[in-house]
Amino acid sequence: MIDAIDFQLIAAVQAGLPIAARPYAAIAAQLALSEREVIDRLLSLKAQGLIKRWGVVVKHRQLGYRANAMIVMDIPDERVAALGRQISQLSFVNLCYQRPRQGETWPYNLYCMIHGKSRERVMQQWAALQQSCGLTGVAFEVLFSRRCFKQRGALYRQAGQPQLEASHG
Amino acid sequence: MLSPLHKQLLNNYQQDFPLSPTPYRDIADQLGVSEDEVLAAFQVLAEQQLISRIGPVIAPNAIGSSALVAMAVSEADLAWVAELVSSYPEVNHNYERENRFNLWFVLIADNEAHLHSVLADIEARSGYSTMLLPMLADYFINLGFELNLHD
Repeated sequence: MIDAIDFQLIAAVQAGLPIAARPYAAIAAQLALSEREVIDRLLSLKAQGLIKRWGVVVKHRQLGYRANAMIVMDIPDERVAALGRQISQLSFVNLCYQRPRQGETWPYNLYCMIHGKSRERVMQQWAALQQSCGLTGVAFEVLFSRRCFKQRGALYRQAGQPQLEASHG
Repeated sequence: MLSPLHKQLLNNYQQDFPLSPTPYRDIADQLGVSEDEVLAAFQVLAEQQLISRIGPVIAPNAIGSSALVAMAVSEADLAWVAELVSSYPEVNHNYERENRFNLWFVLIADNEAHLHSVLADIEARSGYSTMLLPMLADYFINLGFELNLHD
């Protein structure tokens, strides 16, 4: 469980760690905590899985990854968990989630993202994925991104709650 | 262009940035360079907008409530509807994608009720319906991006 100080800490580090010799001490000073307590709390939040990762968050589009495909698949429910785990192991897959179907409008329940530098490469990787995971005959759609209207912005903050970022890409 | 040091910093510290009193010095020691070089290199990456931050990626729905949302918007209305959607502070990512459902965004709110009220507001102001796609399971293991060091 996290407490009020954890909330404040997450809010304080959401925008990023200072690029300075003692960055955790700088965060600690803002919150009237000790440097040790800041580090210990972050370690604990990471161990609990609330912080999924702690590190450099890159801007993939600026790094040349501009051919980005979200692929949606209609997988039998009993296979979705095993397939999701299998797909996630592939080095070129960046995200993999199960989401609810929306009837006939949107019959897809498994999503993955492949970020690439060219469409051709992404389509090759998708073909390799289909083959290695035995997805022949599975209904799917490939949704390449066109414009990015917002990659990340001022996030919600109310009643002292932290800003959050999901990692859907 | 990116130096070998820039690429090492981008590749090696997406998962496990040191949680120690002197993380930049620890990185410098690991890479065999000076702490000042590491600090300067991170400054350059930040100034060139190649990194958004050094910090946490929070597990989805661990705090608050988030969901992916899709809308099918006519080509003629897409620009202003996208702008409307982006104007909400609760909207985090917002992309046009090649599909009948052509606008995709991530909503992050304090709780379920707040999330639904934002969606209702977007529908009322845009005149388009939304398709709410909350996460049921997260299988993702391979976090982060790997840069080719020889590019």
